[in-house]
Amino acid sequence: MSELTKLTIAAARDAMRKGELTSAELTGACLKAIDGADALNTFVHKTPEIAMHQAAAADARRGADAPSLNGIPLGIKDLFCTKGVPSQAASNILEGFKPEYESTVTTQLFADGAVMLGKLNMDEFAMGSSNETSCYGDVVNPWRRGNDDTALTPGGSSGGSASAVAADLCLGATGTDTGGSIRQPAAFVGITGIKPTYGRCSRWGIVAFASSLDQAGPMTKDVRDAAIMLQAMSGHDPKDSTSADIPVPDFEAALTGDIRGKTIGIPKEYRMDGMPAEIEKLWADGTAMLKAAGAKIVDISLPHTKYALPAYYVIAPAEASSNLARYDGVRFGHRAKLSHGDGITEMYEKTRAEGFGHEVQRRVMIGTYVLSAGFYDAYYNRARRVRALIKRDFDNVFAEGVDAILTPATPSAAFGLGEMAEADPIQMYLNDVFTVTVNLAGLPGIAVPTGLDAQGLPLGLQLIGRPWEEADLLNVAYSLERAAGFVAKPTQWW
Amino acid sequence: MSIDVDTARRVAKLARIKVEDEALPALASEFSAILGFIEQLNEVDVTGVEPMTSVTPMRLKRRDDVVTDGNQQAAVLKNAPDAREGFFAVPKVVE
Repeated sequence: MSELTKLTIAAARDAMRKGELTSAELTGACLKAIDGADALNTFVHKTPEIAMHQAAAADARRGADAPSLNGIPLGIKDLFCTKGVPSQAASNILEGFKPEYESTVTTQLFADGAVMLGKLNMDEFAMGSSNETSCYGDVVNPWRRGNDDTALTPGGSSGGSASAVAADLCLGATGTDTGGSIRQPAAFVGITGIKPTYGRCSRWGIVAFASSLDQAGPMTKDVRDAAIMLQAMSGHDPKDSTSADIPVPDFEAALTGDIRGKTIGIPKEYRMDGMPAEIEKLWADGTAMLKAAGAKIVDISLPHTKYALPAYYVIAPAEASSNLARYDGVRFGHRAKLSHGDGITEMYEKTRAEGFGHEVQRRVMIGTYVLSAGFYDAYYNRARRVRALIKRDFDNVFAEGVDAILTPATPSAAFGLGEMAEADPIQMYLNDVFTVTVNLAGLPGIAVPTGLDAQGLPLGLQLIGRPWEEADLLNVAYSLERAAGFVAKPTQWW
Repeated sequence: MSIDVDTARRVAKLARIKVEDEALPALASEFSAILGFIEQLNEVDVTGVEPMTSVTPMRLKRRDDVVTDGNQQAAVLKNAPDAREGFFAVPKVVE
């Protein structure tokens, strides 16, 4: 593999500004690395012509005042609509769909000169925690347990983004996060991933899963790159009425590493029964690092934490059942072959049975049930009330002066592909136990790799920030990153 | 709460997803497991708590009521599985 693809965004930017590197060289190196990494199954629609064209344009624009992302090759999650390029949300129901428009986030990235290498694998409609629900097949984690060649999950739903960045196929990637889909995979592959405050990035042109929870965010090799990429992705968009019309601060400039006097909360409810000792230790070590950097550590309580997952598994499927009603075989994507005499209802039913995978069907039906007459109040409204209490828990600790909250990112290291096949769906849902509260409360959360487990697999910690204070959150994450000094990389076997 | 086969069939119908009869018992038992998990929510005292409508306290912006788009018929129909004479085509709806 070329050393060029191992560069961070910041390093590549600086080299290009100095004239030591061209985007064409860098992009070419990434395309070569991607072609050699089909075993990871990350890039499911490669766009080399678009990439080289964008790289040439970036090289023409190069200069000290070009945007940070000018000429930087990125991977784009398949959930983002990209004009003229397949955008399937990893679902058979969107087979052949080529949007006639470009999502706001990718529009902004390209306006800043970013280069698209292709579309990245994911769980179908972002529903999954292991990237095993994709119509393109599983993504493989570049990490292995020592010399054991068992194929591991990169997590999900942004599993393709995670593996591609960890394997140095691209310099960064877009992800989306509805219950942990940026932070859990980032932790499973030893990279950084931030889900910003709900409303920071426009959702326009991103295939919708659960509209009140979905947010886009970057997945990158370090915290500085996350700051750079988030900057370009953020901002108000008149086409998304929930995107916030407030200024986007300079995130990279906030990275001083000075967190003296900051108050970091350690929530007791995140200490789960049966939590692996390695995760306990990782968390304690991270706490000690922030303390050594001058932060004040306080024990806090977020009493409704336990109810976050059940509330999520009402609200997210309810919104999904509504959002996914549009896949009916009429306007785009797949339509089932009909038998003689079939009417429009049979067309809908057969199309959706053929087009949606098992997990998506299950969630759409659960959502349909909790919204149906007679159950709406008992399930959906109750879950929304509990959601209000979960948010209130966070409001209370922030009001008491807590600046950020430190938790584990995941309850374990990456597990083997197929290992959860026999488990009931709830076992898989537990992967998001530490991340889902953040979506329900609309807060920013970032996963930072801080250690390895006994088998040599990466583990990450999560920092949760106050709403709209990503700059501060990134700075705390930067301090943690510097203290942890995580530099391990997977050994190339692919 | 236990979901029976008839309820599973009704939910599949409401969701417009064809589920074969032989698949219904397994589906019903999956629903029961997930709803059992969700039922933990009944332990929470939600007296006086309003259902959350917006996670960030903000007023949704209104845009001017003006035409901003149009004349996109070809683009709109471009991805249709079946489009004829400028329309989406579907099986006969009215007898």
